[in-house]
Amino acid sequence: MQSLANPALHRNGRFAKDKLFVILCIAATMLSITMLIILLTSIGLQGKDFLSWKFLSSAPSRKPAKAGIYPAMMGTIFACGVCALSAIPIGVGTAILLEEFKPRNKHLRLIHSIIQLNITNLAGVPSIVYGILGLTAFAHMFGVLGTVDQPILTIGTTEDWYHLRLPFGRSVLAGGLTLMLVILPIIIISSQEALRAVPGSLRHGALALGCTKWQTVWSTSLPAAIPGIMTGTILAMSRAIGEAAPLLIIAALYLRFTPGHLMDDFSAMPLQIFNWASRPQADFHYVAASGIIVLLAILLTFNAIAITIRQLTHRPMS
Amino acid sequence: MTTLTNPKPEFTSTCTLSDCKPRSKTVRKIREFCIISGLVACGLFSLATTLTIIIVLAKETYSFFRLDEVSLADFFLGLKWAPLLGAEHHFGIWPLISGTLQVTFIGMCVAIPLGLITAIWLSEYAPEKIRRVLKPMLEVLAGIPTVVFGFFALTVLTPSLQFLYEGFEVFNVMSAGIAVGIMCLPIVTSLTEDALRAVPKSLREGAYGLGSTRFETSTKVVTPAALSGIIAAFLLAIARAIGEVMIVALAAGSSPPQLSDNVLNAVDVTSETQTMTAYMVQIFLGDVSNYGPEYLSAYAVGGTLFVMTLALTIIGHFIRIKFRQAYE
Repeated sequence: MQSLANPALHRNGRFAKDKLFVILCIAATMLSITMLIILLTSIGLQGKDFLSWKFLSSAPSRKPAKAGIYPAMMGTIFACGVCALSAIPIGVGTAILLEEFKPRNKHLRLIHSIIQLNITNLAGVPSIVYGILGLTAFAHMFGVLGTVDQPILTIGTTEDWYHLRLPFGRSVLAGGLTLMLVILPIIIISSQEALRAVPGSLRHGALALGCTKWQTVWSTSLPAAIPGIMTGTILAMSRAIGEAAPLLIIAALYLRFTPGHLMDDFSAMPLQIFNWASRPQADFHYVAASGIIVLLAILLTFNAIAITIRQLTHRPMS
Repeated sequence: MTTLTNPKPEFTSTCTLSDCKPRSKTVRKIREFCIISGLVACGLFSLATTLTIIIVLAKETYSFFRLDEVSLADFFLGLKWAPLLGAEHHFGIWPLISGTLQVTFIGMCVAIPLGLITAIWLSEYAPEKIRRVLKPMLEVLAGIPTVVFGFFALTVLTPSLQFLYEGFEVFNVMSAGIAVGIMCLPIVTSLTEDALRAVPKSLREGAYGLGSTRFETSTKVVTPAALSGIIAAFLLAIARAIGEVMIVALAAGSSPPQLSDNVLNAVDVTSETQTMTAYMVQIFLGDVSNYGPEYLSAYAVGGTLFVMTLALTIIGHFIRIKFRQAYE
């Protein structure tokens, strides 16, 4: 009542509230930034002692001082290579289907919207569920194609680099394909956004010159959307590099050998870090911190590349 | 010069007619058809993924409930979860669900207020220069793998909590929950900020024109207008927290709160817990025999987890579509 009677007081109270809120906002933001800084410095302090060239080039060991991350790094490179080669074509293909080939038929439109909703759902599925799916579908092949010991099909021996067998077993190929399932929805959604940002006038121009729908996509929309697609793909790949949960089910936690062919057992950097971090000895925690530094360095490089591409190509296209 | 001395260009123009012949309509149609079928196959691949997830989980869950030791009522109403130890095995899902909810609740207590306030500040108050610095920092935070947060919880958060209060165990709900909150913070912030920025400027100008302060504009006009997007962002963050694996596997321990002993165990944040995801990790990493009740129980737990996150995503999707206000 008093504040209503006295307009000056009323205004003062409101402005004070506004100022208080600004202080609260800045405090909240500072808190978030402080947490990020504490996180990075604590890992830096813990990991600096074990970080050396030897750490990058040797195998894990029972002694913390001799431990290295080389096999896990090679495992990550193999699995993420498989993942990129399989996820990018399927993901971009799905995005093109959903953005450029919108059907007019009523039934086809229903299927189209079901696929769209399904991708939203897949993006929310916990990654460990993908791990179970990968174990059943890729590693064991639903049990219908024999077992790993008695495969239904083998090409080459375990000595050859092109060794292949069905079912895949807990191999690099199965792990990479599982990672593909995890990042596929991310790639699809970001590629869709990139294609949506291409102005319609470009397409109309191509269609008016007599291009078919696919020629329009291949010669106009896709080239215009490539920077956006690349940014999304790089960010998705950095997710795949750091993803541990699905591989926890398929890959090995501790391995001294690098994979020689696609059917080999493998470990990955996040798994090796998990293995070190879950040991009780404090020294292994420092080794884990060194592993995290290597992992974060790789991921930051990926993020920096993605952000640079976005900054360089950030201009309107119409 | 060359065109004057060389008459060849005219020839090429007549040649194009014969060039056109192999590019007949049928060839073009066949090629177009093949490409579109390939794209449709890509689209159907994602549908097949979902169907396979459902079939795999449903099949193994079904064979789990076919076993003599377990019954549907025990699983969905039971308050004791003891699948591995003891003479009698108990499969009641509620301890695992309450473990998951403990971690999720603490995580959301950290992520939602901080994320919401930061998003409002970024979208309504912050000058462009600060935005340009803060947005990439949030992206860095979003790009950190979850195993790193788990390590952080175990080696930094837990000792700090124990320093503040000695009752905290080595593995405890609190530090895992805080780490999950930090993990979800960038998701909440960036999605909420997108929703806030999608509110048209005219609404803000109207509020300012009526004499509102910036605080009143952002809390009474902009936030309610973006509410559907904000709620969808919260639901997505909750789904991420429920499905989180590495943090809880590292920092939360390996025994769920037994509600059968004391229902209040569910609110004890100082002792260890086990979430649904952590149990699945324990089973798939351990040496339990394939197709025993313990092994199959992981699929039943996975099915429950899948249904929970699926429900959250679908609700979020429909909130966003149904309550999306079309401005202008």
